Amino acid sequence: MFPRPITQMSVPAQTLYKIAVPVALLLWLLPLLGVAMTSVRPASDLAQGNYFGLPSALAFENYAQVFQNTPMLQYMLNSFYVTIPTVIGALALSCMTGFALAVYRFPSNLIVFFMFVAGNFVPFQILMVPVRDLTLNLGMYNTWYGLALFHIAFQTGFCTLFMRNFIKALPFELIEAARVEGVSEWRIFWFIVIPLMRPAIAALSVLVFTFIWNDFFWATVLTTSAATQPVTAGLSSLNGQWIAQWHLVSAGSILAALPPVLMFFLMQRHFIAGLTLGAVK
Amino acid sequence: MPATGKLNQRKLAPWLFLAPGLLMFMIYVIIPIFQSMWISFYDWDGLGEARWIGTANYVELVDDDAFYTSLKNNVIWLLLYMLAVPAGLMIAIFLNQTITGMRLYKSLFFFPFVISQVVVGLMFSWFYAPNFGLFYSLIEWLTGSGVAILADDRYVTYGIIAAGLWPQIAYVMILYLTGLNNVAPDQVEAARLDGAKGWRMLWYVILPQLRPATFIAVVVTLLGALRSFDLVSIMTAGGPFGSSRVLSYYMFEQALSEYGYRMGYGAAIAVVLFAIMMIFISGFIWKMWRDETER
Repeated sequence: MFPRPITQMSVPAQTLYKIAVPVALLLWLLPLLGVAMTSVRPASDLAQGNYFGLPSALAFENYAQVFQNTPMLQYMLNSFYVTIPTVIGALALSCMTGFALAVYRFPSNLIVFFMFVAGNFVPFQILMVPVRDLTLNLGMYNTWYGLALFHIAFQTGFCTLFMRNFIKALPFELIEAARVEGVSEWRIFWFIVIPLMRPAIAALSVLVFTFIWNDFFWATVLTTSAATQPVTAGLSSLNGQWIAQWHLVSAGSILAALPPVLMFFLMQRHFIAGLTLGAVK
Repeated sequence: MPATGKLNQRKLAPWLFLAPGLLMFMIYVIIPIFQSMWISFYDWDGLGEARWIGTANYVELVDDDAFYTSLKNNVIWLLLYMLAVPAGLMIAIFLNQTITGMRLYKSLFFFPFVISQVVVGLMFSWFYAPNFGLFYSLIEWLTGSGVAILADDRYVTYGIIAAGLWPQIAYVMILYLTGLNNVAPDQVEAARLDGAKGWRMLWYVILPQLRPATFIAVVVTLLGALRSFDLVSIMTAGGPFGSSRVLSYYMFEQALSEYGYRMGYGAAIAVVLFAIMMIFISGFIWKMWRDETER
């Protein structure tokens, strides 16, 4: 193990370490803690210059105010409308593409695979004008499904990379044996491979959920009104209206951050498994 | 079913499985890349008739100061963003212990990556806010006069990069924590018996084993640096006076904001950004291709 386990060190060193970790964490999360604290600070505190001290009272009304006076609830709902179909769509498509690329040998296999991989790396800006135009022409501009369709397509690239590598690591004998038994390719996919892919599906669902929930660029490009904007774009436009009302900005920020944070804590193991794919050989 | 039928099925099957995903990916990702290249030769407002102007957009770009500012900032982003790799490694090494509650500490350290960049940008704007921001107050306390980071064209890009580094370091950290978890213990013990420790141990024994993690960390950090859009947009909208623009933001500004709908010019900027990114992309692809075909 590297570095040397702290338990092999002297007692004072161990104590020092046990103090150092929470202190470091506190410093590391300072911007977050500051905003969390500001989000429950009464507006009067800010007016009196109490920016860092403890709030004079816990002002949960900041949150109430955000919900009552702004379309925050609508923004959050919109985010769910975009995110959930994207997760389902991208996973459905990439289970199939990943299966095709992992199980079959055909001449253009690697080329198709690397096209998915490379497409996944391109800057969004090179897609912006044509995708916006396409969405306009399809009559889906400024709708949640117009945004979700693009996300499904784009995320399929990343998910294919993940799924293909995952299926490739499964025991191929299973598929061989089924083929000898005369099981059709579709049934092999559905009854043999899909059940084995559960960990990959779980990992990708949380990852894609977080990516899409946090997407700002496409939300700005493809949606324009409060009725359809996801929370990231909504928060950005609210920020323009709430000049210097930091208690509201903070409450809005915390609300926007909450769903992916909850997702992360509930599905932590899967999340990290997905993110660190390929980090170990 | 006769054997040939089975074989045909096996020939056709991959394409049937690929069809929906490939079709979507073609329509929304691959074809638009070429369309953008095509549009970059036009003068187009996105609505009316597009007019072919050849390389005029690119010629304009060569004399555009804002373009050079963006390009310069992109280089600064790339260079400074790479700090996330050693910083993430250091935090990972610091945290790679087993004391009570370590799992929770690790996930809390990872927290910034889970949060949207829009929220990160707002947090740092608050942190830097003149007169009362924590950072501003700290500088004021140290030097006697505060600095409004986001309103000063000398510091603004660095201020935004610092905000971007926060989640990026968290990401790299988690990659290295996973990597460290899988370092072969027998090799470490053997090296320890040979008297290796500290930096030498890290450099000669640990880092070579962390190579896959380092590769991914470098890839995601490069991509993150070149994709920086959210933070610039939220924290400064390219200001003050366009001094914090990066190519991704400048493209958006030209093509789709109150400054005008110059789709052709925007596309030309995007093509330049794409070309820069292609240098790196082809590097990764080449490495991955080699790994694949060697197997």
